[in-house]
Amino acid sequence: MRFAFTDEQLLFREAVRDFLGKECPSEAVRYAFVDGAGRVDRLWVGLAEMGVVGLTVPEAYGGLGMNELDLVLLLEESGRAALPEPLVENTAVGVPLLCEVAPPDVLEDWLPRVAAGDAQVAVRLVGQPFVLAADRADLLVYQHEDRVVAVPGAALRLEPQPSVDGTRHLFAVDFDASDEIGLVAGSKGWHATNLAFDRGALGTAAVLVGLAEHLIDVTVAYAKERMQFGAPIGSFQAVKHHLADAYLQVEFAKPVLYNAAYSMANGVETSSRDVSTAKCFASDAAMLAARTALQCHGAIGYTVEYNLHLWMKRVWALVASWGDSAYHRDRVALAVLGPRP
Amino acid sequence: MDLTFSPAEEAFREECRTWLAEHVPAEPLPSGDTREGFALHLEWERKLFDARWSVVSWPVEFGGRDASLWEWLIFEEEYYGAGAPQRVTQNGIFLLAPTLFEFGTQEQRDRFLPRMAAADDLWCQGWSEPDAGSDLAGIKSRAVRDDAAGGWRITGQKTWTTRGAFCNWLFGLFRTDPEAERHHGMTYFLVPLDTEGVTVRGVGRLDGDEGFAEVFFEDAFVPDDLVLGGVNEGWRVAMATTSSERGLTLRSPGRFTASAARLIDLYRRRGDAANPTSREAVIQAWMDAEAYRLYTLADVTEVVEGGSPGARSSLNKIWWSELDVRMHEAALGLLGPYGELAGEAHAAVDGGSWMKGYQFSLSGPIYAGTNEIQRNVIAERVLGLPRK
Repeated sequence: MRFAFTDEQLLFREAVRDFLGKECPSEAVRYAFVDGAGRVDRLWVGLAEMGVVGLTVPEAYGGLGMNELDLVLLLEESGRAALPEPLVENTAVGVPLLCEVAPPDVLEDWLPRVAAGDAQVAVRLVGQPFVLAADRADLLVYQHEDRVVAVPGAALRLEPQPSVDGTRHLFAVDFDASDEIGLVAGSKGWHATNLAFDRGALGTAAVLVGLAEHLIDVTVAYAKERMQFGAPIGSFQAVKHHLADAYLQVEFAKPVLYNAAYSMANGVETSSRDVSTAKCFASDAAMLAARTALQCHGAIGYTVEYNLHLWMKRVWALVASWGDSAYHRDRVALAVLGPRP
Repeated sequence: MDLTFSPAEEAFREECRTWLAEHVPAEPLPSGDTREGFALHLEWERKLFDARWSVVSWPVEFGGRDASLWEWLIFEEEYYGAGAPQRVTQNGIFLLAPTLFEFGTQEQRDRFLPRMAAADDLWCQGWSEPDAGSDLAGIKSRAVRDDAAGGWRITGQKTWTTRGAFCNWLFGLFRTDPEAERHHGMTYFLVPLDTEGVTVRGVGRLDGDEGFAEVFFEDAFVPDDLVLGGVNEGWRVAMATTSSERGLTLRSPGRFTASAARLIDLYRRRGDAANPTSREAVIQAWMDAEAYRLYTLADVTEVVEGGSPGARSSLNKIWWSELDVRMHEAALGLLGPYGELAGEAHAAVDGGSWMKGYQFSLSGPIYAGTNEIQRNVIAERVLGLPRK
């Protein structure tokens, strides 16, 4: 028994944290939020050079061939930095899904470019009305019930659906059946897309935990400096208790998240239940952290001139992405309690 | 990361499970916080001791098995999973013993630990006073030097002393330097409750048991060999036990995963009749217990690798105590109008234990430093917010 990450995993996290600290500062996120592209130049290629983008791509195709447990801390960092890139969709979900269902020639064609950061994969599973970053996708992996197909980005017809978060470029997507490349059908299709959904929920939970950690960090820093009634507001017990509560929820979401990553990476029987537990805790903790951050900042947090809103809006978008708390709580209940009486 | 136990640990689990399956009383014992129940619990404690299960993590020479922290977690999981009785000896074993191991002289360890393990001595904690609860540094009871007799004379009052009316020893803090203030000038004493000048009065608790006591001291003599740690060092010595009380050793996740399993069993029996929102409360309680189990695995990993949870043990205390309350609220939600029934009611479910358990759970956010104090500790010592 050892419930901790390896030194290598922790070093990789440090490297990504340093990189994002330099290349994805809050001013850059702020610019991406209002800029038409919704992204920060060269970030994706830089992350690809570090191996992050191609982390789940098998080594034979130029990636690192790593799993959910290696990825979870990096996704947490991407949340801490509010990275405006579809790392969950591309790396945590798209690549492993392709590996499971695509024939070797498709993998040969796409994965080396994905690992290099030259091509991006988008994903749309049943039940998801919109596709994130479909405008930048070179390949869309699309689920029709038990059938999984791939569609080249150039063949997509896109209708923008702007999000509360200016960096999340969402689209309603349409395409001609003749442009589909069939990948798999039948029970294998269901199995692969169920796993893909779990990977998306797990990855999003990791991002939410990182967002929540950042929200608490900046709020603690602000509460130490902001003076009212002749004292830092962080010395007031009401403010302390708000922050302690949010911190408590985030600290307890973390082991639940890491356990879910372990379960997915090791094919543990309860992995879907563990992922759902993680998404519940992460969503609830991030919502509380966002609410607490705004309340403790007061009016300045309510302005768009201040950066807090960038993180809060990402939280509000992601809590309902890949299943909200209520959905996942139901899924845990079904696994633990059985069907409703 | 490896979330599996070794074959040796699994064998240990099997040994625990087998013994417990053969020995745990078929009918639950009456509460150990009543006189009648306490006597029955003592019999159980001695049975545990004879089979060397009463203090598994202690060295063999004191009656334990030298169990690792992992094995201790496994034992607790099996113990509560088997529905075994509450531990009426826990205040000594979990709160005093770690302090004795750390600060006691060899003579004190030899004198007290084996008798504690065997439930021959029963220990209560003498910390709170009428004017010092969460603000423990505000205690006033004092011990005055008696050089001629080679010891100290204690005067004052302790209160809310759990099971004080049934115990024969008390460990507590007393002021030994009248000039010093707050955290200074206190000494940690071990006091036999049959000492002349000591009076114990039982106090009925919210849940109906006589589990509390007030303890009065009037010039009660305590010899030098009953000072634990140095004279005037009491605060530092006592703090070693508060982190045990808040953290790992008092509340193993096994208790809560076992309670969650009982709650699910109740849901299966009552689910049809219950309000539909009860299902959400039940599953949230299960998830909260699971989170506590996982959090503890991470904590134990850190401790095993040489770290120390420190002020983070306050997070732990808030979590388990509030989880325990929510778990019982979920059960009462399932029971509806049956929840209020006392054990003797013919229609009572599970002997009325959920309402009783609910009342008991409400003590968790109060004792061992109220959860408001814990939130201050987190804000100040973990997040670094200013004290003033």
